[in-house]
Amino acid sequence: MSPDEINAMFGLVLVLTLLVATFFIGGALERRHYASIRQREQNYRNFLAINFSHLSPDWQIESTELARGSIVISVDYFKRFVALLKAIFGGRLTTYEPLLDRARREALLRMIEDAKSKGCNAVINVRLETSRLANATSGNRERLAGVEMLAYGTAIRTRPGVD
Amino acid sequence: MNPTRKFPIAVSNTEQIPGHRIVEFYGIVTGNTVRAKHVGRDIMAGLKNIVGGELVGYTELLTESRDEATERMIKQAQSVGANAVVNVRFATSSVAQGAAELFAYGTAVKVERE
Repeated sequence: MSPDEINAMFGLVLVLTLLVATFFIGGALERRHYASIRQREQNYRNFLAINFSHLSPDWQIESTELARGSIVISVDYFKRFVALLKAIFGGRLTTYEPLLDRARREALLRMIEDAKSKGCNAVINVRLETSRLANATSGNRERLAGVEMLAYGTAIRTRPGVD
Repeated sequence: MNPTRKFPIAVSNTEQIPGHRIVEFYGIVTGNTVRAKHVGRDIMAGLKNIVGGELVGYTELLTESRDEATERMIKQAQSVGANAVVNVRFATSSVAQGAAELFAYGTAVKVERE
């Protein structure tokens, strides 16, 4: 085999190994993250987080704070590869959907945790914001480094004895 | 609450501070910060990009930056004599390769307990 062929072979083996490895590792990480999200969503089921800004006047509100939660998340090599292939034909990029869903739910959970740590018992006027981070190290080709999801709202503390 | 603040200031992304009445408007106040990513964090994020998942370094970086932008907005509000900032919004824009601007803006007001 010529050195060129060896090089090409090596490249192919590397890509295949990465694909197989990230298929398992990325998948496992995603499942673990989803399990944690579902668990915490279950725990905070009674915590009110709504995107209403006007409240009924009989809510006795003691104080307000800004609550915030954010996460930067990225997709694994395998999923990016699949999305790249699918993007040729168009349609649903199913490998990217869980990524954004996870990030959004995680950001909301962190916002709730922030509100709780500030002693508040509800969050109103919740807003969600998405922004993409481009990777600086990839030269002039703007590659996606990650997606940032931000959830914020006004955390309120109601007077004791009031629902 | 930040100890450097002169007095507590209510920050909210609703149009009104619940339980309070707006008595005076001071206009828009803003706070921003432009951050470039850290080389070490960039390398770590590059590795994490292969397996996917949370890029913790970047999450921290953006959280710190947003704290700073909020703090600057609050300082500006205090300098005009406001005791609350309402209708706060966060926004992000990318200025150059690898740098991002994070800013927070809202309306500085004076509120009174109803």
